[in-house]
Amino acid sequence: MGLQGIGVLAAEASAEIVHASGWFLSNVWIIPAIPAAGFFAILFFGKRLPRGGSELGIIAVGASLVLALCTVGQWISTVNGAGGAAVEPVVNRWTWWVAGGVDFTIGTLTDGLAVALLFVVTAISLLVHIYSTDYVAGDVRYTHFFAFLSLFTAAMLFFVLAENTIQMIVGWELVGVCSFVLIGHWWEEKPNSDAALKAFLTNRVGDVGLLVGVSVLFFAAGGTFSILEINTRAIDGEIGHNLLLISALCLLAAVISKSGQFFLHTWLPDAMAGPTPVSALIHAATMVVAGVYLVARMYGVFFEGMVIAGSSINALALIGGITTLVGASLAFVQNDIKRVLAYSTISQLGYMVMALGVGAWTAAVFHLFTHAFFKACLFLGSGSVSHSVHSFDMKKDMGGLRKHMPHTFRTFMIASVALAGLPPLAGFWSKDEILAGTGGWGVFGATGGNGAYTAMLFMGMATAALTAAYMTRCIYLTFFGTYRGHGHPHESGRRITVPLWILAIFAVGAGWTNLPKGFQIVPKSWTEQFGHYVEPVAAEHFYFPAIAHATPSWTLAIVSTLVALTGAGVALAYYRRVDRRAAAGGAATELADGPTSRWTVARAGHTLLVQKYYLDHLYTGIVAKGTAGPVAKGAYWFNQHGIDEVVNQAGRKAVAAGHIIYDRIDQQVIDGVVNTTGAASHGAGEELRRMQTGKVQQYAGVMFVAAVVLAAALLLVL
Amino acid sequence: MLLNQFLVLSAVLFAIGVYGVLARRNGVLVLMSIELILNAVNINLVAFGSYVSSISGEVFALFVITVAAAEVGVGLAILLLLYRNRRSVDLSEADLMKG
Repeated sequence: MGLQGIGVLAAEASAEIVHASGWFLSNVWIIPAIPAAGFFAILFFGKRLPRGGSELGIIAVGASLVLALCTVGQWISTVNGAGGAAVEPVVNRWTWWVAGGVDFTIGTLTDGLAVALLFVVTAISLLVHIYSTDYVAGDVRYTHFFAFLSLFTAAMLFFVLAENTIQMIVGWELVGVCSFVLIGHWWEEKPNSDAALKAFLTNRVGDVGLLVGVSVLFFAAGGTFSILEINTRAIDGEIGHNLLLISALCLLAAVISKSGQFFLHTWLPDAMAGPTPVSALIHAATMVVAGVYLVARMYGVFFEGMVIAGSSINALALIGGITTLVGASLAFVQNDIKRVLAYSTISQLGYMVMALGVGAWTAAVFHLFTHAFFKACLFLGSGSVSHSVHSFDMKKDMGGLRKHMPHTFRTFMIASVALAGLPPLAGFWSKDEILAGTGGWGVFGATGGNGAYTAMLFMGMATAALTAAYMTRCIYLTFFGTYRGHGHPHESGRRITVPLWILAIFAVGAGWTNLPKGFQIVPKSWTEQFGHYVEPVAAEHFYFPAIAHATPSWTLAIVSTLVALTGAGVALAYYRRVDRRAAAGGAATELADGPTSRWTVARAGHTLLVQKYYLDHLYTGIVAKGTAGPVAKGAYWFNQHGIDEVVNQAGRKAVAAGHIIYDRIDQQVIDGVVNTTGAASHGAGEELRRMQTGKVQQYAGVMFVAAVVLAAALLLVL
Repeated sequence: MLLNQFLVLSAVLFAIGVYGVLARRNGVLVLMSIELILNAVNINLVAFGSYVSSISGEVFALFVITVAAAEVGVGLAILLLLYRNRRSVDLSEADLMKG
């Protein structure tokens, strides 16, 4: 148990635990059940309905949203009634099956975190449903699409409400398989079905971690799958630290694959092959937030296993920090607007995981909440653009769309500013809370974090600048300058723009639900409302660890805003200059291949080297060639002008040395060994080949003889 | 209790079945031999079940019969396709997997 950092909290933790109850809180299972029923209804009757089943999906998810809102309301009144004491989550469980004396239950677990997610998932899913009626109109598998959209929503809601770890695995896999189906919606084209397979298989890698982690926790916690119990025991110190660390690392593997964290994030950009509404749903509400939610849900295990309190680095924070930087830097070199957003999601998910890693639990969940709205808005906005210009390529087919698509432009702009984290939009508040939560480098006055995660603070700051810059680039290429595509772009219909505006309003306002305490402009009762209702109050023998809360400072807020503004300003200045040159006669080629290389080099030669290192050594064959190209070009420029001579000299010497090594060692020693090995295995293969007669009966005979021998051995030995 | 007699009967059936599976060239007859093996097992199950006066033997046998029905369905379908493709159900000719 990390006790160093939680001294302050002993006072905060109250011994009293209030039991919550209420119809909506205890019957919350209806919320996932409705879209699940909707899935079957659409599948069986959808084609006969006048609108191809989409109306069923909208009604089902709409009903879920209404119920979710009622649940949120009831939870808020419960917390209000508790008067600051810890509130016991509402748990309902039924025995699913019994095996080996263990009760496998299925049930619901409702607390602040779950109801927040219920609202996010149902709200965004409803908007995506409405949007899709226009976006995929006339598609061959229109009905099928809506059926799986409903199932996707139901699966995520099922996962969110999971009461035990087994149920979590089921929800986790259901979400995975739905994303597979939806990413491969247009499977007739090979890249699409490849992307779907890649998403599914990459996720399978992490699923192994989930299985192992859950099994370890089951035995470590004394034979229980209950999430509450596992967390409580982990916090009470009843599970050995090593076991907790192992299970936390296993679960982290699952998070890495599901939430697109560094080194298994490659499936996420490829998943852009799916229809845009699906991307919006995957990135904002369902698929990728499952990983973050898993950490938030099992926080007792992670908090104790990773020793988050009183430390300055741990696997969770490190993975998150690296991911956020890798995602943000790769977003620069994308020409496909959806891929920019995909890398942006990776970067923001890294932010959330990093926040969880440094103990800023509320900040992470809050960022998940705000990010869902503005990222959904961005994705749907990019869909609206592509709907109009029939392409996703920002450099070839976009530009100057500001005049043609005013609604899309305005909402995209709002969401981008929110993503860049400029006040007073949503992203600012959540990003700032995470930065404060790192508790690093007291200069900014961010005091009271769980540890001193200075490295994470700087990673977060760097990402803030990068985020503002790549979104500026994206907006500039898409909406400013001159139109480079063919045909006449037009604004999308009402069913696309209305969801965009709703999301844009949330992108502005969602952040105000958790204004920091030190923010004196508004009354004190307005601050930290989100945290108040979502974060469980720590108590004795409770499922939530006593985490420290950082107090954000004005300095930090101002610095992070300035950093973001600088990023945006530099990018804007750069693209304006490019545009001016283009206008002066440089033409489109300037824009087509100039920016990335020069921009990167101009900004920081060091990061360029770092990126070259990443891409050339780590990402070859992983990131698509198109991604690697521009950065490699930039690196080439640096090579030519900077380290060319050194390299050439070294090269000549190396070649000479190489010749000697080749003649003496490679040809004679190594090749000899290799050839002998090859010949030996070839010979063995030739001999073994004769056994493969292809005659089934011969195989059956061998099998039968073997069975007889085994049976005889069994009889004789026993 | 006549346990031994049942066991002998089932052993004989099993042996016949194994012979059929290993030696017959006709695919349909191989399938029938598999049925013989399964039924030998069924007799064992029922005999032991009644020997220890438990119903689970019979229940198990019922399950085996059900699964055997499904299995023979698949098997016959495979043989049908084999026949359509090669105009013969001789198993010694079906050796495409030869290494």
